[in-house]
Amino acid sequence: MVIKGGEVIFNTVHLPESWKLSTYVANGGYAALRKILSEKTSAETIIAEVKKSALRGRGGAGFPTGLKWSFMPRHFDGDKYLVCNSDEGEPGTFKDRDIMQLNPHALIEGMAIAAYTLGTRRGYNYIHGEIWETYERMEAAVEEAKAAGFLGDNICGTDFSFHLFNHHGYGAYICGEETALLESIEGKKGQPRFKPPFPASFGLYGKPTTINNTETFASIPYIIREGGQKFLELGKPNNGGTKLFSVSGHVNRPGNFEVPMGTPFAELLEMAGGIRDGHTFKACIPGGSSTPVLPAEIMMQCTMDYDSIAKAGSALGAGSVIIMDETVCMVKALERLSYFYFEESCGQCTPCREGTGWLYRVIHRIEHGQGRPEDLDLLSDVAHNIGGRTICGLGDAAAMPVQAMLKHYRHEFEHHIEHGKCMV
Amino acid sequence: MLEIEIDGNKIQMTAGGTIMEAAAQIGIYIPHFCYHKKLSIAANCRMCLVQVEKAAKPLPACATPITDGMKVFTKSDYAVKAQKGVMEFLLINHPLDCPICDQGGECSLQDLAVGYGGSSSRYQEAKRVVKEKDLGPLVATDMTRCIHCTRCVRFGQEIAGIMEMGQVGRGEHSEIMPFISKTIDSELSGNIIDLCPVGALTSKPFRYTARSWELSRRKSVSPHDGLGSNLIVQVKDSRVMRVLPLENEAVNECWLSDKDRFAYEGLNSEQRLSRPMLKQDGKWLEVDWQTALEYVANGLKQIREQHGADSIGALATSHQTVEELYLLQKLMRGLGTGNVDSRLAQADFRLDASLQGAPWLGMAVADISKLQRVLVIGSTLRNDHPLLAHRLRQAVKHGAQLNLVNPVDDDLLTKLANKAIVAPQAMVNTLAQIALALAEATQTELPAAIKAVLADVTVGAAARAIAASLTGAERRAVFLGNLAQHHPQYADLHSLAEVIARLAGANFGCLGESANSVGAYIAGAVPSKSGLKAGMNAAAMMATPRKAYLLLGAEPELDCNDPAAAMHALQSADMVVAMSAYKHSALEYADVLLPIAPFSETSGTFISTEGRVQSFNGTVKPLGETRPAWKVLRVLGTMLGVKGFDYDTSEAVRQDALGSNGLAAGVLNNSLSGPVLQSAAITDTLTRVGEVPMYQADAIVRRAASLHSTRAAALPNASMHSALLARLGLADGAMVTVRQGEARAVVRALADDHLPDHCVRLAAAHPLTATLGAMLGEVSVERA
Repeated sequence: MVIKGGEVIFNTVHLPESWKLSTYVANGGYAALRKILSEKTSAETIIAEVKKSALRGRGGAGFPTGLKWSFMPRHFDGDKYLVCNSDEGEPGTFKDRDIMQLNPHALIEGMAIAAYTLGTRRGYNYIHGEIWETYERMEAAVEEAKAAGFLGDNICGTDFSFHLFNHHGYGAYICGEETALLESIEGKKGQPRFKPPFPASFGLYGKPTTINNTETFASIPYIIREGGQKFLELGKPNNGGTKLFSVSGHVNRPGNFEVPMGTPFAELLEMAGGIRDGHTFKACIPGGSSTPVLPAEIMMQCTMDYDSIAKAGSALGAGSVIIMDETVCMVKALERLSYFYFEESCGQCTPCREGTGWLYRVIHRIEHGQGRPEDLDLLSDVAHNIGGRTICGLGDAAAMPVQAMLKHYRHEFEHHIEHGKCMV
Repeated sequence: MLEIEIDGNKIQMTAGGTIMEAAAQIGIYIPHFCYHKKLSIAANCRMCLVQVEKAAKPLPACATPITDGMKVFTKSDYAVKAQKGVMEFLLINHPLDCPICDQGGECSLQDLAVGYGGSSSRYQEAKRVVKEKDLGPLVATDMTRCIHCTRCVRFGQEIAGIMEMGQVGRGEHSEIMPFISKTIDSELSGNIIDLCPVGALTSKPFRYTARSWELSRRKSVSPHDGLGSNLIVQVKDSRVMRVLPLENEAVNECWLSDKDRFAYEGLNSEQRLSRPMLKQDGKWLEVDWQTALEYVANGLKQIREQHGADSIGALATSHQTVEELYLLQKLMRGLGTGNVDSRLAQADFRLDASLQGAPWLGMAVADISKLQRVLVIGSTLRNDHPLLAHRLRQAVKHGAQLNLVNPVDDDLLTKLANKAIVAPQAMVNTLAQIALALAEATQTELPAAIKAVLADVTVGAAARAIAASLTGAERRAVFLGNLAQHHPQYADLHSLAEVIARLAGANFGCLGESANSVGAYIAGAVPSKSGLKAGMNAAAMMATPRKAYLLLGAEPELDCNDPAAAMHALQSADMVVAMSAYKHSALEYADVLLPIAPFSETSGTFISTEGRVQSFNGTVKPLGETRPAWKVLRVLGTMLGVKGFDYDTSEAVRQDALGSNGLAAGVLNNSLSGPVLQSAAITDTLTRVGEVPMYQADAIVRRAASLHSTRAAALPNASMHSALLARLGLADGAMVTVRQGEARAVVRALADDHLPDHCVRLAAAHPLTATLGAMLGEVSVERA
């Protein structure tokens, strides 16, 4: 797998033992934290800087980070929490794993800065259940940071204290949904909460909580060190900075690529070695399995940022680019995706619990030659009845791929129903 | 105030409410399953999706807070399409087995499917099947029908205080179930049957016995504990088929304890007495009413002539109605004696001279959940007052501090601020400590009489903590439970509790043991009511046996504090007349059995522990030749030539007993004219803690078969601290002989280190222990 270094997060990946504290510090690590602590920088100044950077949540929704931070009640007596969502579990995503594997201290420093800004004394990093080595790497990094005085009580000799705990999940996709994640940390069954109230007012243990994605936190030290303006200029307006893209599927060199926001898709594809030899580019899922599929010709016109992909009718999501060549049967692809959502639905609310199984079974039937002409309208209708009707986004995530596949590749489904077999 | 518009109707509401609540206020029904006004909001069924102007998607009415100027459409095409979409999802895996489902006819899913479901299904795949769960003898399951609304789960967590159900598994495979191989044992478990919006949880005793539309619904009042839960008795062919709660926010809210709900099985028991019976030459004969009543009248007349009126005694339970108890005491006093009592389980009657009125709760039931500081003295609270325990749990949830002085440490399923778990013989001392600590804290001088008795009392840490707790906050209460009322030093406990309440500025209440504990006092079915002829109390009538006894609803071997003494007295009497709904062990000692109607077959009145006067009508015809007891007593009074027995209706009796203007002020009063306090010394005699088991508290529930299959109805054991077991040289689990004087019973000994030393916990009011003596009397234990 390829790792392409970049300016912000993968700036040290070419160095041996890039995950060590010594490597991180030697390359400007923890300077930002030291700076704000020694200068007693105000929270307003830091939030303004983050706003200026146009950093948007890297977990998938792309919500402006500075704005999210400003929701945290400033003057609150009692505990407040900071949570990092490293429960990366959507098919196609594998960037947070590599951040924690290769540059864990960027995440720790980013969280410490956020904790300082938001006035929290306690943080949790919720790590996906299936990545054991990464959890151990992260534990070692936290120990290093504690020993060096970057975590714990009286950080850098100041009165600022921040305790960070890694929490190893158990592998449920739903725990990547932020309120299910909070429930899971609390020791309960991972099921999303109804919102409002939002975590900023009623979060972990019922206290104000800010939750950001791993990559978001890992971008913070750069913004504080180099300034929001510089981060913004790495990318394009409203889409600041660089972004990690996890490219998988039918490319020659799959991997994680840190490139500036707004990089043309064609360039990213080039970096990944292009479509595997002798094949042609058919379709792309640009942001992880929940984002709508886009045909190759549309995708080739896009640049890799929130706005461009949204305009094309999909979403940048977590930057998880799944490339499919002409050998892919879209019915089979959708069957696999739908199975995932059927399997991962938490079962709490009706449309998702009942609907995801229905979707999967109908698609399974079509794939196995048992489709009926009315099935396509049924699929579309069922997906419509799930999307936007559920407690959390999993319902939408299950519905969107179905609707997009039917929109762009309806003929493949019709062929399957008519002939009982694949057209590719 | 916010103004919102729902379906074109404007409504003003304070912030914080939801669309569902706003709609309910103006009578707009929004379909729902998971929402329940008494439970937390889950928003998981999605049936209540509505259209909200400017919202990008349909929103659940139950969970969406209102905002000023919000416009909601609950019946627009957009909203209805969303609702129909949800209904389709709910039905795809539902078995649609309404014809064989007990919920049919009273099923939310069935009802709403008529409005929102399709006439045929687009779902052509295989349906889900879910394995049955065994929840115990009360709740039947059909989990394939479950729609995962989690009402039953939330009920356990939020109301019953114990999570006995949960959702396991994920997605379509998720199931609602109890803990593995565990049943549902909460004393409030039956409520999940009402809460379940489908036929997943139904009543096991009622299962497959009738369809809901065949049943008549008749209002009634629970004859069991002092709360006076409002009931809907469901009847088919003059048989009580089922009991459901009648919602009354001030009393039982929308809940019922399992006792109130399932005890009806006792009404249809095989042991029901349906014809009068006479014992002739040692043989029981069924006779007609005329013969039986003439026999009784002649017998009583003869005994009065030969031995005087005071040789006759009447014992009633306070589960009888005001009308019945009033006529019983009127009959006795008409015969010339005040020997009538309804406090069969009481041991200490020293208060009778100084009690100012009828002992009662001292406050409204509904206000219990608003209390902030509470002291409960001597109570197996969850057994005796399941819904009062629930009210106290709600109070604790809102920050109240609950303190306990008790000989047993049963889990109240709520947080206790402080507790003093002491042997019965140390309870007076503990209250004395609390009183002293409070006097010190409030810098109040105790009356000299009290001070003298408390001179040797040393205040311990637990008492000090309880006293400190009781001085905080504003709304405080001190309650005496059933164990305290059965205590041989009840007068001392009551006196000190009153002192404590006065020092703390707290409400002082007695938790009424039975449905009509308060009514029995007011009706005069006590030997000491002022203005009425005085007589012997229940204990005295046993200690110095009478020649004749009239029993009204009483089963002395189970109802009396000292069954051994009671049996001795009854067996030595010349005549015992048992008015009862059941053939019970009176067959051994009685001469006449008169079948009287239980609450379901007569009109009558109960006065609940909060002083609520609740009259009710009969719900079914009396069984066989059974007659309402007030009619039996009326005829008996006339036959005996007692004046004033020419009543036509039970309402007329009630009018005489209670007047027509409600209870007079001061009738309900726990105060004493002066403390009755003898000693606060602690003895180390081995003492029995003989509580009344939940399902042995009255004649009806004793015969409710399903309740007797629950864990709560397990055989009584002699539990004691392991140190005591060791001192007595007994092994945990060994069979032992328990003796109280001459009386003995053989039971199993169990170690229970939650119990204090110097006491043996062995339930009373149970056939196994009916041969024993006083509930909280001296006891000895040896190897069997």
